Amino acid sequence: MSETAAAPRTGTDGASGRRRATRQKPPLSDRARAERRLGILLAAPAFVVMLAVTVYPILQAFFDSLFSYRLTAPDQRSFVGLANYGVLFTDPVFWRDLGVTVLITVVTVAIELVLGFALALVMHNAVKSLRGLLRTAILVPYGTITVVSAFAWFFAFDINTGFVNAWLPVVEDSFNWFGSAAPALTVIMLSEIWKTTPFISLLLLSGLAQVPGELTEAARVDGGTRAEVMRRVVLPNMKAAIMVAVLFRALDAFRIFDNVFIMTNGAYGTEVLSLLAYRTSIGRLEIGMGSAISVVLFLCVIGIAIGAIKGFKVDLASGEGR
Amino acid sequence: MKGMTTRQKVGWSVITIVVLVYTLGPLVSILMTSFKASGDLTTGRFLPTRFVLDNYEQIFAGSARDLFLPALRNSIGITLIATVVAVVLATLCAYAIARLDFPGKRLVLVSALGVSMFPVISIVTPLFNLWRTIGLYDTWPGLIIPYLSLTLPISIYTLAAYFQQIPWDLERAAQVDGATSFEAFRKVIVPLALPGVFTTAIIAFFIAWNDFVYGISLTSTSAARPVPAALAFFTGASQFEEPTGAISAAAIIVTIPIVIIVVLFQRQIVSGLTQGAVKG
Repeated sequence: MSETAAAPRTGTDGASGRRRATRQKPPLSDRARAERRLGILLAAPAFVVMLAVTVYPILQAFFDSLFSYRLTAPDQRSFVGLANYGVLFTDPVFWRDLGVTVLITVVTVAIELVLGFALALVMHNAVKSLRGLLRTAILVPYGTITVVSAFAWFFAFDINTGFVNAWLPVVEDSFNWFGSAAPALTVIMLSEIWKTTPFISLLLLSGLAQVPGELTEAARVDGGTRAEVMRRVVLPNMKAAIMVAVLFRALDAFRIFDNVFIMTNGAYGTEVLSLLAYRTSIGRLEIGMGSAISVVLFLCVIGIAIGAIKGFKVDLASGEGR
Repeated sequence: MKGMTTRQKVGWSVITIVVLVYTLGPLVSILMTSFKASGDLTTGRFLPTRFVLDNYEQIFAGSARDLFLPALRNSIGITLIATVVAVVLATLCAYAIARLDFPGKRLVLVSALGVSMFPVISIVTPLFNLWRTIGLYDTWPGLIIPYLSLTLPISIYTLAAYFQQIPWDLERAAQVDGATSFEAFRKVIVPLALPGVFTTAIIAFFIAWNDFVYGISLTSTSAARPVPAALAFFTGASQFEEPTGAISAAAIIVTIPIVIIVVLFQRQIVSGLTQGAVKG
């Protein structure tokens, strides 16, 4: 089975592997064999394209990361082994950017989880006549382009074009939100939270819908308060949905790029890992070092995913499409 | 709101208003900015003192025209093609996963999940280098191909979930009546699955429409640069002219289709997103 599955990646080797695997098993009926062929035929194009546009580039990135390689001087390309990684891991900029990325991930996911749960409860409990309006409103930020969201928040807080300073009583009118790290990151995170909370709330909404109604009713009849029912019955029953929501959003937040690029372009210590990778390879054309950052970012994401799946004990694939 | 006590009515009205302010506030804010004349931008007020269409004129007929219009054309073309390709491939794949017994099924699903978690920036560097070598840099295909990494996985998931709910007995009945597997797929299942395919197309469209990283990394001119990337270049476009108004107007233009689609299809989008994403 695994040989067949690997076929698209390994080309001709995989094709012969499939023939071998088929030969070893007890003969299939013609119908079953036709079904298998059709199944592979239908699934293969999507599978091959999906891997071709991701697995190949990441392997190339790993390969390039072993070289000292600048597009400005392509002739001086030389093999340096893991030296790029050595430079990267001893660079305080990398650690600062990693810290900012982790900070943004933790803060936004935590706030979004609370806010998203509140929105999910609103959608879940709303009467029919309001449901459509609420759902429409909540989907608008989901569909809005991140760059548009970034500009909307930037213009609202910007010292020249903004109006927020005039609205906030404790803030001086001349306060520059984008002049230092903490306030700039605050606005960046506000935009990120505004745009992505709807997604998390929809995941939690489907989790809420899966909690059996009899359970909550029984708990209410037994004299449980609203808060108790929520904590003892509803939340434990939607653990899987919460974990999936956190994992998806955490990985997404870790890749944050658009908001930072538009609002500060990484100035005043607001740079994140994705932006560092972008500036190194696309900006300075240092393909070798840029690839090393890309690989590290990729490994971080893999690490988070494996950690979350192992830690939460959620089998993401099992329920899907079955 | 019938059958509610006055207190409940007031409560739900307050909740609805709070949700609307939260979800629509930032967009209304940039909408108001887009109606401000250039001298009106720095007043520190939310509303324009006078509503003018100068900024829209600027992006459709004025100085920002050559930046915005090609970008709009690129965004529409590239996004639609990437959506159609992804949905066609995903429909075939999801049908096989939901319906046929074949080896490697789980691997396809796990790969889709893996790809959907992929950090886009990680593959931009090698693609940037490769595209420049083989001539795909700053072209439509140069963006359509990487967009598939964004649109394919979620399309496969959403569609596979839809295909679970189709009454498969119909297909079997068609096969008993002498149709082949493929005929049964084409004539019975496709019509039943079309609403799901349509919803998936909307979600895929949103994702491709939203892209920024590929857009600024893999293009350099108006030949292929999509709107989100072009917006970032408005900033440096004119040194003596404030780009705020033009950016706001352009931002509103690309948000209008999103709002229309959401208003028309909110029910389908919600069910598509929740079914595709959480089943485990």
